Amino acid sequence: MNDMTPIQTTLKDWETDQEVRWCPGCGDYAILKAVQRTLPQLNADPANTVFVSGIGCSSRFPYYVESYGFHTIHGRAPAFATGIKLANPDLDVWLVTGDGDGLSIGGNHLMHVLRRNVNLQIMLFNNEIYGLTKGQYSPTSRIGTRSPSTPLGSVDRPANPCAFALGAGARFVARGFDVSKNLPEVLKAAHAHQGAAFVEIFQNCIVYNKDVFDGFAAPKGAEDRQLWLEDGKPMLFAGGTKGIALDRELLELKVVDVVDGDWEAAEVLVHNARNRSIAHMLVELPFGPFPMALGVLYDDPRPTFESAVAGERERAVDGKQADLAALLAKGQTWTVSGTAADPA
Amino acid sequence: MATQVAERPADTHTPDAVVVRFAGDSGDGMQLTGGQFTLSTALAGNDLATFPDFPAEIRAPQGTLFGVSAFQINFGSREINTAGDAPDVLVAMNPAALKVNLAALKPSGLIIADTGEFSKRNLEKAKYETNPLEDGSLAKWDVLAFDISALTLEAVKPFGLGNKEALRCKNMWTLGLALWMFDRDRQPIVDWLKGKFSKNPELADANIAALNAGHAYGETAEISGPLKKQHLPPVPSAPGLYRTITGAESISLGLVAGAQLAGLPMFFGGYPITPASAILHHLARLKEFGVTTFQAEDEIAAICAAIGGSYAGQLGVTSSSGPGIALKTEAMGLAIMTELPLVIVNSQRGGPSTGLPTKTEQSDLYQAVYGRNGDAPLPVIASRSPADAFDCAIEACRIATQYMTPVMLLTDGYIANAAEPWKVPDPKAYEPFPATFLEEKNDGDRLLPYKRDGKGARPWIKPGTPGLMHRIGGIEKAQDTGHIDYSPANHQAMTDARKAKIEGITVPDQEVDLGETTGSLAVVGWGSTYGPIRRAVDNARAKGHSVSHIHVRHIWPLPKNLGELLKGFDRVLVPEMNTGQFKTVLRDQYLIDADSLTKTSGQPFQIAELEAAILCYFDGIPNNEGGEVPANAQQLPTPESGHDDGSLKGAHSPQS
Repeated sequence: MNDMTPIQTTLKDWETDQEVRWCPGCGDYAILKAVQRTLPQLNADPANTVFVSGIGCSSRFPYYVESYGFHTIHGRAPAFATGIKLANPDLDVWLVTGDGDGLSIGGNHLMHVLRRNVNLQIMLFNNEIYGLTKGQYSPTSRIGTRSPSTPLGSVDRPANPCAFALGAGARFVARGFDVSKNLPEVLKAAHAHQGAAFVEIFQNCIVYNKDVFDGFAAPKGAEDRQLWLEDGKPMLFAGGTKGIALDRELLELKVVDVVDGDWEAAEVLVHNARNRSIAHMLVELPFGPFPMALGVLYDDPRPTFESAVAGERERAVDGKQADLAALLAKGQTWTVSGTAADPA
Repeated sequence: MATQVAERPADTHTPDAVVVRFAGDSGDGMQLTGGQFTLSTALAGNDLATFPDFPAEIRAPQGTLFGVSAFQINFGSREINTAGDAPDVLVAMNPAALKVNLAALKPSGLIIADTGEFSKRNLEKAKYETNPLEDGSLAKWDVLAFDISALTLEAVKPFGLGNKEALRCKNMWTLGLALWMFDRDRQPIVDWLKGKFSKNPELADANIAALNAGHAYGETAEISGPLKKQHLPPVPSAPGLYRTITGAESISLGLVAGAQLAGLPMFFGGYPITPASAILHHLARLKEFGVTTFQAEDEIAAICAAIGGSYAGQLGVTSSSGPGIALKTEAMGLAIMTELPLVIVNSQRGGPSTGLPTKTEQSDLYQAVYGRNGDAPLPVIASRSPADAFDCAIEACRIATQYMTPVMLLTDGYIANAAEPWKVPDPKAYEPFPATFLEEKNDGDRLLPYKRDGKGARPWIKPGTPGLMHRIGGIEKAQDTGHIDYSPANHQAMTDARKAKIEGITVPDQEVDLGETTGSLAVVGWGSTYGPIRRAVDNARAKGHSVSHIHVRHIWPLPKNLGELLKGFDRVLVPEMNTGQFKTVLRDQYLIDADSLTKTSGQPFQIAELEAAILCYFDGIPNNEGGEVPANAQQLPTPESGHDDGSLKGAHSPQS
């Protein structure tokens, strides 16, 4: 884009003429609105924006955003997005996936798009269930989840999306939830990050897994159960009366009481989004004993895959002529004139 | 020196073609010897075809039966179509090489063996109880056995190389002898050695000395032994610049040319698999031609990324072999549904499952034509030889971009590895087919992403184009608008439209490759059976039989005139390296009573096998036509053989 005038859009500009087909009350509506609210704030250009998705409820998302959209196949959206970004690094790509799409059938691709650090935003809608196929348990379902395929309750341990992302080498890991007013801020931070930005968005499936996130997402008592992380700010919750500190003996995090707002005295940690060790602890914090860690858990950019590929191409191409005729005639050749042959 | 001459009537006749097989340990440099002998053959004006046979093991232990590397060349003073059925000359650099390759040698053929390597230890490794050079077991062949190792050491003595390094010049000594045998000029090889070792002139001189010594030895050996100098006159061929080319190189170059003719950068998504990896390796070095190669995490990601590349406006290409193609199937369906251009190269190998990774077969034809869920038609093109693969790759790029469709390009393990002379084409001789992108709305103030042109193709719309935002995906599309539409009438209409688009693709009319357009028998082939079928039909015609060779490049859609053409013959025989897949397609499409001739041993057809099958139609014996050709123990590739990953030519020194 040579035109430097910032693109001015409104929420309405990002709505398509397609009827939204999610169940009434689905958390996806709130996420869609949050995205449509965020895009104008980013001065995003609809013509330069691409939403790529896999298969599942969440993956219907591109049909409802007035930009370019590619609804691909189950689990493979990261691979399509990688091809798109390599072919045209200028495109602003958002990847929409779910817990089944991204962590079950597409776990391999998710791992590699994070490892390679393709410059895009990944929104993983985690509702801990397969919605579109009518309610089977998913790789993030908690042990004991009763579903049509697990009538006696699931027995396998769930995957932790943010821990997976961090383990795969992600340089940006964040969490939010569908109806959170903070979601646009999280999305903006993801967009600002150069590289693969992974955002887990807890999403309420009101039909098959209703209110499983109420423990922290319900408005009542939310303050006590949500730890919103901000770079450079102390890790406080419960109206500043509690904080997160490091148990230096056990090398793990602990909840401490903060008296009279003196968090320093309570040795509450100041969030440093570039601290990978703390990030590992934050993504693993068990909810219950601890509040749910939300916001930007980790943000420490590294060069992107596209820039590395482009740089290598530039070095390889430097000084070389793309002469097809010469390429075809490369190697040991000979010339035939009549019946005699001579080395060329 | 042990020489022995097989008893036979005196023969002064010079053959019009000779088959030579160089065989040695994988460390003996047989591929390089073969490659340079090929060059000298080409320079002598003979036509030729070659087939390399490498160990499948990455580093096979020295001297073992499974560590034998061989290179076969068929050359002559007439047109050559295959690498040859059975060798006339076998060069065996050690006992294992002799053991593995002996069965293939023609009766009264010539064995050249290095006695220096026939030590007790090497004989044991080759599982010989007695020395075959001395126990009379080689009586039906001519044998010329002498100490090539010692002669090489002697020749390179002045250059002060270590023993090991000096012995590595053996392959050039052997090449020198072969050059003498066929009356060849040494100078091009000398020039090549000088270039190869420009940084180490000592090694160049040593190798040249070995080459000259081998050549000089020929003169001496001729006096008393079975060695005869032969001169095969050149074949008249079209004037121009030539080189040798393998199928993998040819496809890579064809894809580059095709992308240029379409005016597009190329995005290649690949995943390592035998024998297709060589294409990824070749293209990875061609970045200056606008090629981006992406080694994906798996076969599925490779094709998905390629489709992503096409969606973003480049020419997406992916390449694999049967098992990988199977994994890509779902994504092919998406490319068909979203009507995006894509070239899928399938280097076929023996299957099912892992099957025979290093062996050739044509058994993915059903997979290519029919193997997807839903009614999912796509064009299929099959290349018949390494040189032909170049044009086929261009054709695949043309159809993909002009018709907005994935295209399957079939090749196989034989084509990928085999080399043949190639008249270097002039890129300007090809008609460009520039791809066009939609730049503005195509229906007044409306955008219709699925509005079709006269060919049935929808417009290609790059993300990033202002005002043309739209959504595509794998759910059934409404006609014109491309919105989600599950309605019965729409699915019927879109299924019909996708089918009509592929069936309407313009492909050239089928020509008869050899023979008349009507007659008693049509031998119909596709893919790499071209060479042996052509030669066998030629031989049968020389015997006066009414037989024609028809070779089909466009497997789907088939040439419009093919049905009528086939109906002009009393009988149709379809030889295939599978259990009769193309035969089934032809029977289905044209209701003709085609016979099948199958071979599923992982080996190409031999000329003699096909000729025998053709003669069954003219021998007056009823019901002996068609059937199955059994495995042939004498034929390349040997059971232990591997494949070329594209690295053999560049990376190996003359000795390796």
